[in-house]
Amino acid sequence: MGDMIKGNIAVAEAAVRAGIEVYAGYPITPSTEVMEYLSGRMEELGRTFIQAESELAAINMVMGVSACGRRVLTASSGPGISLKQEGISYMNQMNFPCVILNVVRWGNGLGSLDGSQTDYLRETRGGGNGDYRNIILCPSTVQESVDLMYEAYDIGEKYRCIVEVMTDSGLGQMMEPCEMPPFRELKKCDWGLDGIYKVKRPDFLNRNIPAESETYMKKVRAMREAEQRWASVDVNDAEYVFVAFGLCGRVMEGLVDELRRKGEKVGLIRPITAWPFPEKAFAALKAENPDVKGFITVETNGEGQMAEDVAIYTRKHGLGNVPVYALAYACGVPKDAVVTADFAKIKSGQIREVF
Amino acid sequence: MKAYIDVERCKGCGLCIENCPRGAIALTQHMNTGGYVYAAVETKKCVGCGICYTVCPDGAFSILNEGGDD
Amino acid sequence: MAQERRVPALYNQAKFCGGCGHGVLVRLICECLEELGQQKKTICAAGVGCSCHLKTAINVDLIQSPHGRAAAVATGVRRAEKDMFVFTYQGDGDAYNIGLAETLNAAYRRENICVFVVNNANFGMTGGQMSWTTLPGQITATSPHGRDCARTGDPIQVPEMIAFGLKPAYVARGAVTTPAEINKLKSYVRNAMEAQLNGEGYSLVEVLSACPTNWGMTPAKAVRHLAEKVVPYYQLGELKKRGE
Repeated sequence: MGDMIKGNIAVAEAAVRAGIEVYAGYPITPSTEVMEYLSGRMEELGRTFIQAESELAAINMVMGVSACGRRVLTASSGPGISLKQEGISYMNQMNFPCVILNVVRWGNGLGSLDGSQTDYLRETRGGGNGDYRNIILCPSTVQESVDLMYEAYDIGEKYRCIVEVMTDSGLGQMMEPCEMPPFRELKKCDWGLDGIYKVKRPDFLNRNIPAESETYMKKVRAMREAEQRWASVDVNDAEYVFVAFGLCGRVMEGLVDELRRKGEKVGLIRPITAWPFPEKAFAALKAENPDVKGFITVETNGEGQMAEDVAIYTRKHGLGNVPVYALAYACGVPKDAVVTADFAKIKSGQIREVF
Repeated sequence: MKAYIDVERCKGCGLCIENCPRGAIALTQHMNTGGYVYAAVETKKCVGCGICYTVCPDGAFSILNEGGDD
Repeated sequence: MAQERRVPALYNQAKFCGGCGHGVLVRLICECLEELGQQKKTICAAGVGCSCHLKTAINVDLIQSPHGRAAAVATGVRRAEKDMFVFTYQGDGDAYNIGLAETLNAAYRRENICVFVVNNANFGMTGGQMSWTTLPGQITATSPHGRDCARTGDPIQVPEMIAFGLKPAYVARGAVTTPAEINKLKSYVRNAMEAQLNGEGYSLVEVLSACPTNWGMTPAKAVRHLAEKVVPYYQLGELKKRGE
């Protein structure tokens, strides 16, 4: 069993092990430890650390590094990720991969520093212009943060897409024992710019946009088909299936176990990718447990952002008549007792479905 | 040395005409495939100074030994 | 002395308006890259605006950067690739308006890159709106009664800000007016490139250019206007020499 390590530090070290050559970022609570740690660690390893003048500048630096086919990280929180949206859209147009860490904090605007899941819709829909999709990974433990960060680079390079690891204040600040993966060799992807102009660039104006669009959407379809991840607990005979990710998912793993012991027939689907949404889990549920009575999301945001996706995908897979409830706790980590009480209210009809 | 024009690159902007110290360049009455009326050099008057090459924003000029490119 | 001149192999036909100074700068950059042997080791971060035409005008690796951010993209390239020659190619709107923060910060950090900015006193590609470099009283699409500097600021002088306020390796301002000025401009471009190859740090070359289309003049008249009305507003030459 590895040493105790703080979430932000662990995930930063995981990126180092995965072979990042450059870190560019700007301090923002609750992600700042990532940057502070890497300011020393990157230099120690002879790699490059850049304190950028803003998150906006940072994503553009990331773009430059990625264009050269090299691994790179930037870390931020909600308002900083907002600044990066244009850069994210540009990188998608040019098929430049990278990994972005979003240590989510609550709220609109400056918000607060509390952990939260208020960025779910923004990350899964994308806040920049265009048709793009990023893969969104949602760990629920420090170890899982490390494992997903380490793998994120391979996933990104497989599709030449952006992968976001979405944690929150809680996961960033908590300390847990954790095993580190081995060091990967630094490498430059063969499509990276090498200073020798080889492939003629298309003109901005004379182009076949439907064909360009279809090329990109083909990639999205491939990602959607192959990259859905989730964990299921006790779903096949569950009357109510909770749906929760991140720290909420972790709370629910424990609570489902406890409720089962009290005789409640409950289960959990814990999305590990928010995009692509693990609709296959719901398709499987339709096959195994078509009489499920309700889906209940447990989230820390305003009114249950993920509940929208549960509604969409249950409908898509023939479970459209099953009510979807949203237990939305704004921020922090939901307490067992509160969720248990709200579950009772759902069963008694006091809390109505949202879809 | 004489100046030679790649007429397809010429946009008829006239800066070469303005700057030629020998008045050796003039617009023709012809259009290239881009729809631009292009310039032509009166080779007899040209002294190969290269000013047209310097001021041309389109890289339409080459200064080569008389007889053109081989 | 008449000497042979051929257009550099790096330099393609470009879609800039007839008479626009961009085309001259692109040729000078290509000439210098070839003279310095960098044609197979160059990555350019291009801005948005008329600079977008650079994509098809130059046969070097190029990243279309978001509007204003080329200096940050170039920073990423510079830090990732130790051996490449890295430059940005931007308009005044790109580098000095929306991109002022990124432009100044790359200079502030002394990034070992070259920044080339074409200044034509307006936002060209989008139809001639006011830029921070627009002259007092100049009529543009967003200053229909002439620029009122009391309310919008005076023409911005970023080369001066950088040369006198930060620690660049080399800063110069040239103009695409007469053959003599164009030849001087080439020496500025060349110096900027040599500064980078020598690891001296950040260099900036601003290039004053006519904009016949948005100034509403023929190319010849626009270049005369540039020489007589725009250039006197600015200091031409090397604002910060190498090694000083």
